[in-house]
Amino acid sequence: MSTNTNVAEQEVRRPPAGAGPVAWLHKNLFSSIPNTILTFVGLWISYKLIAGVVDWAIIRAVFTGSDGDACKVPDVGACWPFITHKFDLFIYGRYPEAEIWRANLTFLLGAIGLAGLMIPAVPGKPAFAVFTLLVYPIIAYYLLTGGIFGMPIVATERWGGLLVTLVVAVVGIVASFPIAILLALGRRSKLPIVRYSSIGFIEFVRGVPLITMLFMASVMLPLFLPEGVTFDKLLRALIGVALFSGAYLAEVIRGGLQAIPRGQIEAGDALGLSYPQKMGLIVLPQALKLVIPGIVNSFIALFKDTSLVLIIGLFDLLGIVQQSISSDPKWFSPSTPTTGYVFAGFIFWIFCFGMSRYSQMIERRLSAGDKR
Amino acid sequence: MREGPAMTTDAPSLPAKRKSMSLIDHIYDPRSRGIILQVLLAVALIWFTAEIVNNAITNLKKQSIASGFDFLGRTSGFDISQSLISYSNTMTYARAFWVGLLNTLLVAGLGIVLATIIGFIVGIGRLSTNWIIAKLASVYVEVLRNIPPLLMLFAIYFAVLKSLPAPRDSIELPFYSYLNVRGLTVPMPTWLDGIGYVVAAFFIAIVAAVLIARWARIRQEATGERFPGVLVGIGLVVLAPLLTFLLAGRPVSFEYPTPGRFNLSGGVTMLPEFVALLTGLTLYTAAFIAEIVRSGILGVSKGQKEAAAALGLRPGQSMRLVVIPQALRIIIPPLTNQYLNLTKNSSLAVAIGYPDLVSVFAGTVLNQTNQAIEVILITMAVYLVVSLLTSFFMNWFNSRMALVER
Repeated sequence: MSTNTNVAEQEVRRPPAGAGPVAWLHKNLFSSIPNTILTFVGLWISYKLIAGVVDWAIIRAVFTGSDGDACKVPDVGACWPFITHKFDLFIYGRYPEAEIWRANLTFLLGAIGLAGLMIPAVPGKPAFAVFTLLVYPIIAYYLLTGGIFGMPIVATERWGGLLVTLVVAVVGIVASFPIAILLALGRRSKLPIVRYSSIGFIEFVRGVPLITMLFMASVMLPLFLPEGVTFDKLLRALIGVALFSGAYLAEVIRGGLQAIPRGQIEAGDALGLSYPQKMGLIVLPQALKLVIPGIVNSFIALFKDTSLVLIIGLFDLLGIVQQSISSDPKWFSPSTPTTGYVFAGFIFWIFCFGMSRYSQMIERRLSAGDKR
Repeated sequence: MREGPAMTTDAPSLPAKRKSMSLIDHIYDPRSRGIILQVLLAVALIWFTAEIVNNAITNLKKQSIASGFDFLGRTSGFDISQSLISYSNTMTYARAFWVGLLNTLLVAGLGIVLATIIGFIVGIGRLSTNWIIAKLASVYVEVLRNIPPLLMLFAIYFAVLKSLPAPRDSIELPFYSYLNVRGLTVPMPTWLDGIGYVVAAFFIAIVAAVLIARWARIRQEATGERFPGVLVGIGLVVLAPLLTFLLAGRPVSFEYPTPGRFNLSGGVTMLPEFVALLTGLTLYTAAFIAEIVRSGILGVSKGQKEAAAALGLRPGQSMRLVVIPQALRIIIPPLTNQYLNLTKNSSLAVAIGYPDLVSVFAGTVLNQTNQAIEVILITMAVYLVVSLLTSFFMNWFNSRMALVER
């Protein structure tokens, strides 16, 4: 960490006494007596952790079997056949087996679109943006629900697992985007009614837990609709999630709007641009670019929050794992719950950790420009 | 500008269209356009609300659901597994509401204290010069904050606590505590006569500590001499009650849990749901607090430490007097957010059956009465009030800590 110029000069003149691994060990692990004690405590904790995980996941684990009986041995570790047998269920829910290619194609197209948008080196960003934000949702909708080109209709009740998690998270963030931009602009508007209704909505939603929003969407919303109009359960959850994340995203975007100097808006005024032109052509493109890390972070939060939809009876990844654990007598065994949670946790972790690394990378790239 | 008639005499050179504004002019005038837009928005909002209310009234009538808040006075008829105030199923829904609210506040309050402690330890650990401690702390943060809190609750509750042994094979813990499938049983303190003196000593010590701190500050400003006011204050607050406690003849007796044939008797038992919720929320939030603490300390510019060193402050002094006060300024606002998040996340209790506000009120009461609108609105209002009160308090605290610039 010592990138001080003085230190660098000294190092040129006189090479450090010991630059090898021994010096490193001395400096970072055994520099003083308390430090040495800490090192041993740390080593002991690491050993316990690593040994525990290896012991549970590999040494004492059961790898083959066709039901929970295989895992009913004393002192058993992980029960991996539970995962391998139910893998399709965890990923697609009860999506018909013959139609699973449609879900896979949706995943693939989404991955391509996102990769094109997110990897800085890929050219053609505008084309990818149009594809991912406008074309892809339509394709994905028809692919997943079916009903055209002879594809049979798959009711949303049959969707489940990671598929629902991804659908709720992606639709949530995409649908909340326009809401968030309007709310963020509204909160900074000079018109009092617009400003106060935006503030009221944002602060209300941010002040209540997501569960109450989901309860509202699932039990109150039907009461608010005219007679005869009913919503799909998944759609109701999506409305709750989109409104919820819209309010949070609005605050992120507001942060970006505040960072744009007034001179930019004044320059727009000088050019005679209208309000939508000023915002759409000058302010928002700069503001949104600034807050990409914040947007990714709200997406991570939303991705984790999608697990709450199980409370209103949808089977996302966690919901379907929980259901398999608690109500499938075929797989009852002492280690089934832990195995299931570890698997679900691992999938969630991969997604969230990957995204957080991505947002850190973008943050570094953005701040690299400032450091010139 | 827009009072047309008055301008004609003063400025005859102005274009004629300034005289009176036609509809077209109003559309192109920013102020009128703003007013038109707001009127449209207001009309839309009012129409939307009216439509919702109207639909709701029709639907409620059709499904013959009662409305209004009369239900709060009716007998609840259900039991609640944990209650801080006396409660039985013959009491009212309103009483059940308070039981749920207090349970929420209990778990949130304890969670905030524990998460802050763990979060500070882990956050400082990440900055440790000891490589292995820093790595362990970052593994903690990176693993726990990337897993949904609900999954952690499930894992702790169903995989760990539900697989604990039955009461007769309870696991013995230090301090005469026992852990089994029915929860964590710890000794129950009973306060005897004379505990009042200890409480009084505690409050007197706090007042004394505040006075000493003030005197020390005034003296330092006047003479420049330092007095370890904080240290003396902490010593007073800890030692005074302790001494009184010993002088008063230790006015407390513990009721220890004793393992019986099938069950534990005595002591106070914490529900497994409570233990799971508290552990899950604490560990999850601590990961975020750790990051806040770390970025707060890193956020104090290096020059500050160098300036402190140039003034001859020792490393400990520079940390205590220069770095931490400034780091706190960065830490407090996001820390408030985490406290609020923890309080809101405590509503996940509904998934494992801890009787918090959402579980008792928006769960059981809603199912029994069917009055979704009133129940959900009350629940949301409670969280809103808690959020607003917390942010007011933390904003006040923040403004006290904020940099006073000339």
